[in-house]
Amino acid sequence: MMDRIASLGRVGLDVVATVGRAGRFLAGVLTGVPRPSVGFPLLVRQLYSVGVLSLAIIVVSGLFIGMVLGLQGYTILSDYGSEAAIGQMIALTLVRELGPVVTALLFAGRAGSALTAEIGLMKATEQLSSMEMMGVDPLRRVIAPRLWAGFIAMPILAAIFSVVGIWGGMLVGVEWLGVFEGSFWGNMQSSVSFTQDVLNGVIKTVVFGFVCSWIAVFQGYDCVPTSAGISSATTKTVVYSSLAVLGLDFVLTAVMFGDF
Amino acid sequence: MAQRTTEIVTGLFIIAGLAALMFLALQVSGLSPKSDADTYTLYANFNDVGGITPRGKVAMAGVTVGSVKSVTLDRDTFQARVELTIDANVDNIPADSSAVIRTSGLLGEQYIDISIGGDMDSLNAGDTFYSTQSAMNLERLITNFASGK
Repeated sequence: MMDRIASLGRVGLDVVATVGRAGRFLAGVLTGVPRPSVGFPLLVRQLYSVGVLSLAIIVVSGLFIGMVLGLQGYTILSDYGSEAAIGQMIALTLVRELGPVVTALLFAGRAGSALTAEIGLMKATEQLSSMEMMGVDPLRRVIAPRLWAGFIAMPILAAIFSVVGIWGGMLVGVEWLGVFEGSFWGNMQSSVSFTQDVLNGVIKTVVFGFVCSWIAVFQGYDCVPTSAGISSATTKTVVYSSLAVLGLDFVLTAVMFGDF
Repeated sequence: MAQRTTEIVTGLFIIAGLAALMFLALQVSGLSPKSDADTYTLYANFNDVGGITPRGKVAMAGVTVGSVKSVTLDRDTFQARVELTIDANVDNIPADSSAVIRTSGLLGEQYIDISIGGDMDSLNAGDTFYSTQSAMNLERLITNFASGK
């Protein structure tokens, strides 16, 4: 009986300790801003590997999700004779919800897991500790550029996702199913508000980008430096990021759109 | 050289992101760079506003000329007081025009239509519409028809 209680207490202490380490780690990364001449090329290289290389999966997923939304929306809306509202439906769904959330989930799977594995392997092969021996702070040199790159790349990817999705929806709705193009765009423009919908979507992506990159680099930095440790850290990154994104999405949606 | 290629591709990536955001702003949400100075305010009192909400459309002969800013209850007359934001270039609405709540399509959203009057004077900023026509309440219409009124 006492053993059970003790193990529960141990789990609780572990969780609190991990959260504390993650917070101190974040503070260390954010305060350690490298000199622009050194930091900028590092940031660009990470933006390339985190952002540009994720572009293909984002564009393809966005296109297909937009097309599916177009097909499903048309099937439902044509029952009520209001298939002209399809543009509005696709745009609102993508800009408010699917754009930020699906991009964040794909980002966690594509870029987050890679970040964790890379940093974890650096730790396992003692590259991080040899950097410290040379007097180079690995938080500044390795972690900070990756965290910032994820933070910057996520909103860009989500915006591209939404635009490609709307284009895919237009492809299906207008070109294939024959919805009038004028009412497709007109309904969309009269119902989507820039401040209410687009900016709130961007705020969501900024929050998701921050959380996903933070989890990814922290899991890599904090992993047990063995091959099993790296594999479990990579799994944790994807699982925790996905759960955090979905949970935060509910909270953010309730705050942003909950008043009607 | 490899670093330079990376930089160029990353730059293109950021430009693509900004272009996507511009597209969302201009084409999807129909945002146009226009300040509040280009509009003026009119008021209209309705017995029943139905489904009119802020951001709703105000039209004249089917052309959108403004939007609903707020809907409040007048405590003295128990009428709904609607604040309308009208484009400044539509500054010649005749003073005896009336504000009518209409529905686009059978089940579409409701909007405020301005029926043009014949007065030589026009409404100025801050004026209230003299005559209004409230929302058509389908349920009340059916009840009246069924009870033979």
